[in-house]
Amino acid sequence: MSEGTGILRDYDWWLLTIIFAICGVGVIEIWSATHTSHLAGMHWKQVWWIALGLGLMMLLSRLDYHSVLDKAPILYVIGIVALLAVLVAGHTRYGAKRWLPVMGEFFQVSEIAKLIIIVSLARFYAEVRTERLSIADLCKAAALTAVPIGLILLQPDLGTAMVLVPVVAVGAYLAGIQWKHAAAMILAAALMVPIGWHHLKPYQKDRVTTFLRPEEDPKGSGYQILQSKIAVGSGGFWGKGLGNGSQNQLGFVPVRYSDFILAALAEELGFAGVFVTLVLYTALLLRLIQNAQHAKDRAGMFLVMGVAAILGFHVLVNVAMVIGFMPVTGIPLPLMSYGGSAMLFVFLALGLVMNVRLRRFVN
Amino acid sequence: MSLWFQNENRLPQTRLTVISYSIVGLMALLLLGFWKLQIVNSDRYSQLAERNRVRSIPIIAPRGAMLDRYGRVIVDNYPSFSVLLLRDDPQQVERLLPQIADGLDVTLDDIKQQMEAATALPHFQPIVIKPEATPGDIAFIESHRADIPVLEMLMVHRRRYPHGGFMAHSSGYVGEVSSEQIEESGGRYKPGDIVGKAGLERQYNDHLMGIDGMRRSVVNSVGREVGRLEQTDAVPGKPIRLTIDYDLQLVAEEALVGKKGAVVAMDPKTGEVLAMASQPSYDPNDFAIRISKDEWQQLNEDPERPLLDRAIQAQLAPGSVFKILMATAMLESKAVPADYHVFCPGSAEFYGRVFHDWDAKGHGDVDVHKAIVHSCDVFFYNLGKQLGIDRISFYAGNLGLGHKTGVDLPGEEPGVMPSEAWKERLFHQKWYPGETISVAIGQGAIAVTPIQLAYVIGGIITGGRFHQPHLLLTNEAAPEIDFPISDSTVNTVTEGMYGVVNEQGGTGSGSKLPGIELCGKTGSAQVISNQGLARTGKQAALKDNAWFVGFAPRQNPEIVVSVLVQGGQHGATAAAPIARDVVKAYYDKKQGKIAPQQLTTQAVPPGIPPSFAAQAAARAAQSEPVAEEGVPTKPDAAPTKPQPVSTTPPVAPPATMNP
Repeated sequence: MSEGTGILRDYDWWLLTIIFAICGVGVIEIWSATHTSHLAGMHWKQVWWIALGLGLMMLLSRLDYHSVLDKAPILYVIGIVALLAVLVAGHTRYGAKRWLPVMGEFFQVSEIAKLIIIVSLARFYAEVRTERLSIADLCKAAALTAVPIGLILLQPDLGTAMVLVPVVAVGAYLAGIQWKHAAAMILAAALMVPIGWHHLKPYQKDRVTTFLRPEEDPKGSGYQILQSKIAVGSGGFWGKGLGNGSQNQLGFVPVRYSDFILAALAEELGFAGVFVTLVLYTALLLRLIQNAQHAKDRAGMFLVMGVAAILGFHVLVNVAMVIGFMPVTGIPLPLMSYGGSAMLFVFLALGLVMNVRLRRFVN
Repeated sequence: MSLWFQNENRLPQTRLTVISYSIVGLMALLLLGFWKLQIVNSDRYSQLAERNRVRSIPIIAPRGAMLDRYGRVIVDNYPSFSVLLLRDDPQQVERLLPQIADGLDVTLDDIKQQMEAATALPHFQPIVIKPEATPGDIAFIESHRADIPVLEMLMVHRRRYPHGGFMAHSSGYVGEVSSEQIEESGGRYKPGDIVGKAGLERQYNDHLMGIDGMRRSVVNSVGREVGRLEQTDAVPGKPIRLTIDYDLQLVAEEALVGKKGAVVAMDPKTGEVLAMASQPSYDPNDFAIRISKDEWQQLNEDPERPLLDRAIQAQLAPGSVFKILMATAMLESKAVPADYHVFCPGSAEFYGRVFHDWDAKGHGDVDVHKAIVHSCDVFFYNLGKQLGIDRISFYAGNLGLGHKTGVDLPGEEPGVMPSEAWKERLFHQKWYPGETISVAIGQGAIAVTPIQLAYVIGGIITGGRFHQPHLLLTNEAAPEIDFPISDSTVNTVTEGMYGVVNEQGGTGSGSKLPGIELCGKTGSAQVISNQGLARTGKQAALKDNAWFVGFAPRQNPEIVVSVLVQGGQHGATAAAPIARDVVKAYYDKKQGKIAPQQLTTQAVPPGIPPSFAAQAAARAAQSEPVAEEGVPTKPDAAPTKPQPVSTTPPVAPPATMNP
């Protein structure tokens, strides 16, 4: 392990700069979206979450990721138990059991579960020594992920459950999945769709159907997508200015400080603001991949790419939802959307990335 | 620490690079999506955003009042409230509907029906679900502002007409604009507008109707008003001043109560209509809110046909009043000498048929003056034969029969003046000379309207200057048609008509007015021939129509009055007294004997005795069907739609004729 001065020098300052920029834009837009409403002051809470997240990230980066991966089996069991606990004793909000009370705040257990799955899968893929991923290993990885996915679906939380899929998928790709296996998996998934559809909750079905035709039912379930698109479209190139977006300020944009924060931003800062934001996210993801490429070992790479897969999926799905390319799934925009659990998860995940980077030259 | 991580395999650098490119590609795709929304379709979404945040509530412009010639109010408005339903959130509306229906005391179906009718309107436009809010409704809305936020009050101006159908046909009524009217208006009307549907309301709608204003406010996503935008004030409609003299109108209306007919009084020198009444009538106030289907159907199917404006739409044979036109034709055409005279034995034979005089005793030796005064049928039978139908038709047509007078009211009927060509064109039949004999005394195929007779007689006695009748008081002279009539002819006709009222044995001598030179001509026209009468066997139901057209004074006449009483039997007894009363009122007023009704402040004329309204109501209850041959059937009550010209079927020559 290297000395303290080396640690400071080896921190990924580019990554931190990008993270701060994205968080900054997020705080400003949260302020703009809430300062005239009863939610005024929410941006300060977000600042505290960011500070707390940064602290946890630093702490986690000090710990050698190999020791974290070493505890993966235990962590996995703890994760499953926590997901079971939330099903039994969780707090119900918006018709779903997702929250466990911890120190007066409600935490979404599934956020911790995401982190544990990243670690567990990194450990699993790192142990695969063949050049090509065997069908047996592929099935094991799928089974490892299927258990928590099933538990999260029971909450129900389709969005979070889906987020775990790219971790397995990206891992499998990097572990050398064979094309025939990939094709078979995709086919199997496609066959699962009708069965899965049957088990969707009515509100989830509504979201999917109205995503396909939002204008048909502008005041029913299509409302959110339509209002989001109106907000985005009316922003034009330069936007209406911070605090001036009528869709945002008058409450037409649904959860404008959280899942739809990009719609609020698009309305007030226009295409220019959206362009800058998406460039920042692209830079973030590319920087993560670069870290993976420079990782000391395959375990480190899988860890970083697990984080990149989840964050990339969040960003792509959320952005696509805001402009009506995807149904409403309740997936927040990492580092911008308001929310404690999500923020802490992202910083902890980035802590793992930092950890890998700091140890790239260490034996 | 176990050695699980001692994997010596190289990192899959290519695959990591592929993932990088994929991310850049996907991001570019999403950016393209934003480009499409924010740059390509920006205008469309800006409009939608504006529509979201702005709610427009109309400010209804009051309609202009109708004043009589002295500025007394006949029709005006009163303030009222309509209940608006804000439909921004259909789910909320759906949920609250039962509560709303209960609170406003309307049926659920009724509200749903109105919502369906407005599906074409944009969602942000509120709709009226109850046009007339009661104090209870207002209290309900105010007290439930929080839990039923979808109701709003709209201040409106409701039309107020005189009660009991007073002047209803002339004033007309207003109603919600029809889809055809919207199309015809070329964008001036919008759905829900209140426009004139009949009478003067329709004729002068553009003048009377104001321009609605708009109150625009900013609302948030739950429909609460959070700010005001600029407001467009309503431009009130302009009032119209009518030529109607309220005092004369009242006399005319009262005289007709309980009868079926019409009165038209006008100034023959200008064409100004001083009074114009038609009975039975209807109450236009019923239309001012929203008339129910049942009420409408009842009015439409009433055998008394209250919606028919008999003054301009009843087309009936003029009977002996036509003899004035015959005398004019005789004197002007000079087809027979001015001293043409006939011996009347009580009947005469033409073309193998016996035509009776109304007075079987006969009138002895008759010249044109005596023929008018006594209304001698035999004289005019002979005159008709001498003149021939085409000459009669030429003069009658030029004197105004068979054409609309052009009065400024919608739906006027032209009447019928038959001729050989007319019969050939319409029935492809030859004209029988015998028909000329009937036409000569105003029977047969001739059909006239009450306003036509006032117009024609007024034109003849002013030397052939026909002024277009009108109800709108203006400084400009009304269009005039000149068909010069010689002084000697005017003199002869005037003296004859003076004699009718003022000479011993004149048919209208019962209506003599001391000190006033009332002149006139009676008429009693058969509704159906005696043969037809025998066929139907409805003796009582088919009484003759009574006519009287009078004017005063003898020289430089100032007022001409045309009166029709359907089924009134005798012009002398049923119609002449009404004309006499109107003329008397005119003179009484002129000589300061009666004070003009003071109406400047009130809309509802206090001068209308309560009995007027009561009688009107009673009349509606009892409806004795009276056949109205010659009155056009009205398929639609809106008297403005073009209708087929009704033609009185040519009837067989009547055996006897009453004066």
